[in-house]
Amino acid sequence: MTEPLLRMEYIIKRFPGVLALDDVSLEILPGETHGLLGENGAGKSTLLKILSGAYAPDAGTITLGGTPLRFKNPIDAQKHGIITIYQEFNLIPTMTVAENMFLCREPGSNGFVSWSKMRDETAKVLQHLNLSFDPMTPVSDLSVGEQQMVEIARALSRDSRIIVMDEPTAALTEREVEHLFRIIADLKARGLSIIYVTHRLNEVEQICDRVTVLRDGKRVGGGKVGELKVDDFVKMMVGRSSSQLFTRLGGDRSTGPVVMTVKNISRDRDPTNPHATLLKDVSLEVRAGEILGLAGLMGAGRTELARAIFGADPFGHGTVEIDGKPLHLRSPADAIRHGIGLVPEDRKQQALFLDLAIRHNLAISNLKALSFGRWFVSDKAETALVERFRKALDIRMASPDDPISGLSGGNQQKVVLARWLALKPKVLIVDEPTRGIDIAAKAEVHQQLDLMARAGIAIIAISSELPEVMAISDRIITMREGRVTGTMPGARATEESLMHLMAIEQPSSTPIASAGPQ
Amino acid sequence: MTQATDTKLQPTRSRASRIIPWLSRYAPFVCLLLLMVIFSFLSPAFLSQQNLFNVMRQISIEGLIAVGMTFVILTAGIDLSVGSLVAVAGLTAAIIAKGTTASSFSLSADEAQGYGWFAAMMGAIAVGLLGGAIQGTAITKLKVPPFVVTLGGLSVFRGMALMISGSGPISGFEADYRFWGQGRLGAVPIPVIIFLAIAAIAFVVLRYTRYGRQVYAVGGNREAARLAGVNVERVLLSVYVIIGFLAGLAGFVLSARLNSAEAVAGMGYELNVIAAVVIGGTSLFGGIGTIFGTVIGAILIGVLNNGLVLMNVNPYVQQITIGLILVAVVAFDQFAKSRRLK
Repeated sequence: MTEPLLRMEYIIKRFPGVLALDDVSLEILPGETHGLLGENGAGKSTLLKILSGAYAPDAGTITLGGTPLRFKNPIDAQKHGIITIYQEFNLIPTMTVAENMFLCREPGSNGFVSWSKMRDETAKVLQHLNLSFDPMTPVSDLSVGEQQMVEIARALSRDSRIIVMDEPTAALTEREVEHLFRIIADLKARGLSIIYVTHRLNEVEQICDRVTVLRDGKRVGGGKVGELKVDDFVKMMVGRSSSQLFTRLGGDRSTGPVVMTVKNISRDRDPTNPHATLLKDVSLEVRAGEILGLAGLMGAGRTELARAIFGADPFGHGTVEIDGKPLHLRSPADAIRHGIGLVPEDRKQQALFLDLAIRHNLAISNLKALSFGRWFVSDKAETALVERFRKALDIRMASPDDPISGLSGGNQQKVVLARWLALKPKVLIVDEPTRGIDIAAKAEVHQQLDLMARAGIAIIAISSELPEVMAISDRIITMREGRVTGTMPGARATEESLMHLMAIEQPSSTPIASAGPQ
Repeated sequence: MTQATDTKLQPTRSRASRIIPWLSRYAPFVCLLLLMVIFSFLSPAFLSQQNLFNVMRQISIEGLIAVGMTFVILTAGIDLSVGSLVAVAGLTAAIIAKGTTASSFSLSADEAQGYGWFAAMMGAIAVGLLGGAIQGTAITKLKVPPFVVTLGGLSVFRGMALMISGSGPISGFEADYRFWGQGRLGAVPIPVIIFLAIAAIAFVVLRYTRYGRQVYAVGGNREAARLAGVNVERVLLSVYVIIGFLAGLAGFVLSARLNSAEAVAGMGYELNVIAAVVIGGTSLFGGIGTIFGTVIGAILIGVLNNGLVLMNVNPYVQQITIGLILVAVVAFDQFAKSRRLK
């Protein structure tokens, strides 16, 4: 057996009130891609932060190439060739690719920067990675996938030995993922090791050589990919088998009349948000008690469609009808008045008031119903509302007066769901309802969506996880590049058939695959 | 790194980590009590009823504006124009009260051609409302940042005040006009009553009304507020109208107290007012803060000034002290926050 490049042994890390890492060991071989798996809160991030020098371990040793090390800070770790690429990139968007590549180590002399050298060096690295953009492009003009490539390029230009990638494919398109995998293979061939953290288990099978699985701060298993299968990973991560994870719900639900009809919505280029996908003649309808899944790859226009229906973004033309009546939507407030709700994709940026109390977060859209004498909010009515949903959705909190930032992602999401449920909407659009929450909480959210549908709410569910879409939807609509490309019953859909509609251009002569809602 | 943060907010056992959040919550209040204890030892006159009412009267006008500034800063905005608006409002009130732009110290009834204190007060308030509404509209409709709009306002309103009062200060009001600045109800000066009454109303509005919730929501996360159905533009416009209203009222009270309105009135108020709000714990990033904190912050500045005067400290040192305290309070807040997150 080859001597490991990196050894982390018996690592212990305590935070006030919690043991984040309990005697965890990790070995990385030279030139391997090592998958690090675990649910949210399993300790992956803490382990990475220790490896990257952001945290110091309470106990345990780190050995790199046979030398025991103790990183004083992230810069120290980087000097030893350990580069971490986080989900939120460490790039400065207003600066160019070249400036970002050489940030804090600009070439030049006497305090002056040699722009030509910086540009040439950057061009060389970019070319090596088959990246076609100009070194002088501002980072903000690049797509998320391209920005990630810049991060990798930067890591390469620093003589790194280990590159840590935290959920690298979360925001990438299929094509960008392929590109990334090619680059990873190339890095391996040069003898670099990669630690690959992901929730997408099929990716692990595709590119990882070995895996380590964490659960509740402990190492619960690991080994060679191939000897271990996806089912084994899942079992280790959650302690149960994957067939239980996404139980198909709602096979016995019945749907009512059409509640909302969207006709020929288009969205034109919008100078304030040039990266948004343009919508082209999107039409759909959704029935009472139906969960309509909306599947598509990144950039397919799902979120743009949701925001257009909700009045959050202006759209060129087209109509939204509720119960047959066309609406005039100028703002989310208009949509809410007509019984449309939206659980946005980015919980922290678009849904939560992190500094405010849980109760205030829950009640914000519902203040009118809770008030007396026109202006005043009734504490009693608000408390009753919070208690009702605390029970109904099993929201775990110490006190509703605590700031919502202290809740786990799953419980935060339940508060957002409760906010809309309290309004008794006719249509609820949920955009990535289970993003960033653990598997148990995902199942609970699915269950809640099922219950809402049973209560007669028409639900449009957007998700990037196909198994999730398939598990919860009565009917699935696929989108690609701003267009609807097909619709099929949830029970009949397979990942392959959906992916076909989402990813591959359909010959324009053939009618799109279609099957009625029932 | 969202995973570990959930688990890191657990309460801890050590003494410091229990005291620090408590301190950071009540820091301005504790600081105020401490100052009062110190001054009462150093200067026997400090704790007399007369002196304490003096302190309150001195802060009441800037305190009034600070109440409005709390609304503005809660939405992550700022209003630098308040001092200039005070001057325009005060001059408007004076002109209405006297019916002329000329100054006169003659107080006999038959010489007064004006329209009385009520019309004067209403005029000052109307000017304040108008100034606030114009700036609020520029901020919401033209999308100019509040800092820029109100920096412009600071200059424009001061210039207007100088134009209006071309012939110098307008002085000498009737007794019922002066009452609003110099009078007392029992032992309590009228400006103090106005200040505390307005603060009480503002407290109720922020704490118990739908509107108050929306102010916090808009300041806490503008996009989330919009997607939750809050009319963000209307809330933003409203806070500038509120602070305009209070600057107008303050302009009237100030002219009544000084028995004079002049173009340089209210110069530099914006700094003291913002200092009071920030010392009181309101975050310049919006979403966090209380009226109670602002009142304490205003009193703290007043007590500091008063105490240092009683101790015959050089007045320039007062300014230095207030500046240092401002930075120290926010630094402590940041420190406490980082302790909470570690």
